[in-house]
Amino acid sequence: MQQLTKAIDSLRIEHITKRFPGVLACDDISLEIGKGEVLALVGENGAGKTTLMNILMGLYHPDEGKLFINEEEVHFRSPNDAFAYGIGMVHQQYMLVPNLTVMENIALGFKQAWKPWKLDLQMVRERIEEVARQYGLVVDPDAYIWQLSVGEQQRVELVKTLCLGARFLILDEPTSALTPQETDELIALLKHMAEELSIIFISHKLQEVKDLSHKVAILRHGRVVFQGDTIDHSSSDIAALMTGHEVVLPHNDAPACTLGPMLQLRNLKVRSDRGFLALDDLSLYVCKGEIVGLAGVSGNGQRELAEVINGLRKVESGQILFDGKDIANFSPAEVIKAGMGYVPEERNTEGIVPSFSMKENFILKDNQSETYSSHSFIKNKVVEEMANQLREQFDIRSPNIDVAAGSLSGGNIQKVILAREISRNPKFLVAVYPTRGLDMGAAEFIHKQLLKLRNEGVGILLISEELEEITNLSDQVAVIFKGKIQKVLPSSEASRRRLGILMAGVKDDEEI
Amino acid sequence: MTKRFKTGYTIGIIILAIVVAMLLGAVILWAIGADVFKTYLVILTEPLKNKIGVTEVLLRMVPLMTIALGITVAYRSGIINIGAEGQMAIGILATTAVALGFPELPSFVLIPFAVLAGAVGGAAWGFIPGFLKAKLEVSELLSTVMLNYIAAQLYTFFLRGPMLDPAELTMGSGTPQSMRLTRNLDLTRFIKGTRIHTGLFIALALAVIIFFLLWKTSYGYKMRAAGASERAARYGGINVPKYLIIAMMISGAFAGIAGSIEIAGVHRRAIEGVTSGYGFSGIVVALFGGLHPAGIVPAAFFFGLLIYGADMTQRLVGVPANMVQVLQGIIILVIVSTKMILANPYLMQRVERRWYALFGKKESTKEVKA
Repeated sequence: MQQLTKAIDSLRIEHITKRFPGVLACDDISLEIGKGEVLALVGENGAGKTTLMNILMGLYHPDEGKLFINEEEVHFRSPNDAFAYGIGMVHQQYMLVPNLTVMENIALGFKQAWKPWKLDLQMVRERIEEVARQYGLVVDPDAYIWQLSVGEQQRVELVKTLCLGARFLILDEPTSALTPQETDELIALLKHMAEELSIIFISHKLQEVKDLSHKVAILRHGRVVFQGDTIDHSSSDIAALMTGHEVVLPHNDAPACTLGPMLQLRNLKVRSDRGFLALDDLSLYVCKGEIVGLAGVSGNGQRELAEVINGLRKVESGQILFDGKDIANFSPAEVIKAGMGYVPEERNTEGIVPSFSMKENFILKDNQSETYSSHSFIKNKVVEEMANQLREQFDIRSPNIDVAAGSLSGGNIQKVILAREISRNPKFLVAVYPTRGLDMGAAEFIHKQLLKLRNEGVGILLISEELEEITNLSDQVAVIFKGKIQKVLPSSEASRRRLGILMAGVKDDEEI
Repeated sequence: MTKRFKTGYTIGIIILAIVVAMLLGAVILWAIGADVFKTYLVILTEPLKNKIGVTEVLLRMVPLMTIALGITVAYRSGIINIGAEGQMAIGILATTAVALGFPELPSFVLIPFAVLAGAVGGAAWGFIPGFLKAKLEVSELLSTVMLNYIAAQLYTFFLRGPMLDPAELTMGSGTPQSMRLTRNLDLTRFIKGTRIHTGLFIALALAVIIFFLLWKTSYGYKMRAAGASERAARYGGINVPKYLIIAMMISGAFAGIAGSIEIAGVHRRAIEGVTSGYGFSGIVVALFGGLHPAGIVPAAFFFGLLIYGADMTQRLVGVPANMVQVLQGIIILVIVSTKMILANPYLMQRVERRWYALFGKKESTKEVKA
């Protein structure tokens, strides 16, 4: 592949400090990465990892500290400057224009294709194909971004960064949206790429850190609390350093389905935004007090399934029996009233109104309930009391309850959503990627909450790509592939390997 | 970033916007050969020099404020209402029809009845684009503007036909206007020798009502949620199309009420040209007031001052009153740019750093440069 930028032999940051209102996001951080090295940056949410990377990308300017590339001090005023040095970043929240196609999005930054009077899309297409071939990252250049699942969007982001000639990759939780197989492939690929590039990646998954990185740096409260060679330390050492205490993710080992079915999906047919059948004759049931984990590669109908249960998408045919009553094609409000809780995939734009304060977001579904309003006037005192209580109970880290919910970190936003959904005492909960991108501490907390809810008799449909999360929490594991349930297994029989094979579309997994 | 710095920064940017708008306006004034300084001096100070001037400014403030409040409701709900001009015209027709139909009703019945009719007329006119947007995703920018034309033609048709003053018919001068409406509709002019009428209090009361509606009730909550994030609102079980339509009807109703009050308080009959661009100026007032009643009241006063002051420039410095429309246009452009600047957090950070670098400690003065 032709190279558009100079090689980076070393990158060094010295004494970087960055302050935000009331927060010291980065506190005197120094790191160094050489050519061909992979540095894993780990730490809990809000530890300052993303801020540090945004400084490297020129999105933020450090208050103090210096940045050296090839022993030469550099100042990045904007991401363009960073690009020019060959630094490319794949953000945790994707920077894609939803109503443009994949190719058009990549063309946006691909200056070689900007011919006078004309955009050379053919050139962009060839470049995408070249990158796709070289790295095995398959994308459909003509698909619109809004039609793609989160996992597919991440792939587009990776392809985009590579197309633009990045020589130094910054990956903000690159695998959080990938399937186990894809993760393994990506890690193999990144290892291979590290021979000629340097990579910094942020991750919460210690397995990846062990597999991929040469060096590891652990951040806590904006400070580097540990730096060293990965090979010298075990996963649990790193986990302990990261959170400051030993983490044991909760495990589900209670008996299953004794209370009868809560949600039964019968022969559901549902169309996607693009008009094809996203759910094709799908049937599944979840009992009261049971967690059913839905495993699958994203884009196989998970999003549509979550939306159709919650009344956000039309049912073409089939039934959704909720506690024995058909709720197919109910409005979202009617579904909520029936006792459904929903933790949506897009926590930042769908689960909360980002410009509303935290306390206002707690009453998104209850602004007209008698508890929080009388004669349509919202009872501010009651709402504040509730908000303060939930903030404490769910350990939401924010200065107060009046901050805009959109300004919180991912983990805290998820806690806000979960706090709202759980405090509404649902009969059933649909949770989509509930811990994606969260640190172990927050994930542990959320898992505990889900298990607690289950033990209270609430049925939960857990849609996730983290197989560990699914097998740890679920009573039953269902695998979805191309809009159909491949198989439902008790979680004791759901090995990682077996699930992976089912997710890849092989139906009769036992013979392999 | 401290909250005080943020407020100061916002106010600073707005003041800067006014200054930039005035400078741009100065270029145009200079180009037509007017005395720039004197023109601005006249516009901004002359109206405030006597009782008549002040009350005339307040008089113009009433429709501006009422319309801006309605536009705020629509805007906060995610729909941009450029149709206030048409909604106001329909409101006037409805009010006039009631006054012509029931001239014998006592004031305390007729006035609420007629204002209500105006509100219903405006709401009906606002319902159309709201419905089209909610159900068919027709852009409200197109539909509201086009409905303005239809409303203007309807208005002319009624004033030249069914509602034409019989006196005009016999005299034959043919001025398109209705007859002098019944005195029972007159809003009291509460300061002798001026035209300022009780409509001012109605408008101020409406500002309070809008504040409570939008920020203290569940209806307002739902409308704001629909406007701030449609997806999250839908997720939360809010019937977004329904609240779009309701918001648009409230917006239209407010424009209708503005028309009713203008007729009942100032003109006392329906005449061509009563709306005189209030529907459009209302948008500027709403944006200038930060889409909040607390900002809209002073913004409406400021624009009332501009409009009335511009009338005086014609007499005092020979600058055509249309100049104020040029200024309004410039202000809209500047406000839109300002909004972009205010939405850029990096710029704010840079300014903050510079500010503290220049003026020392974090704890020191927290105002911002104008």
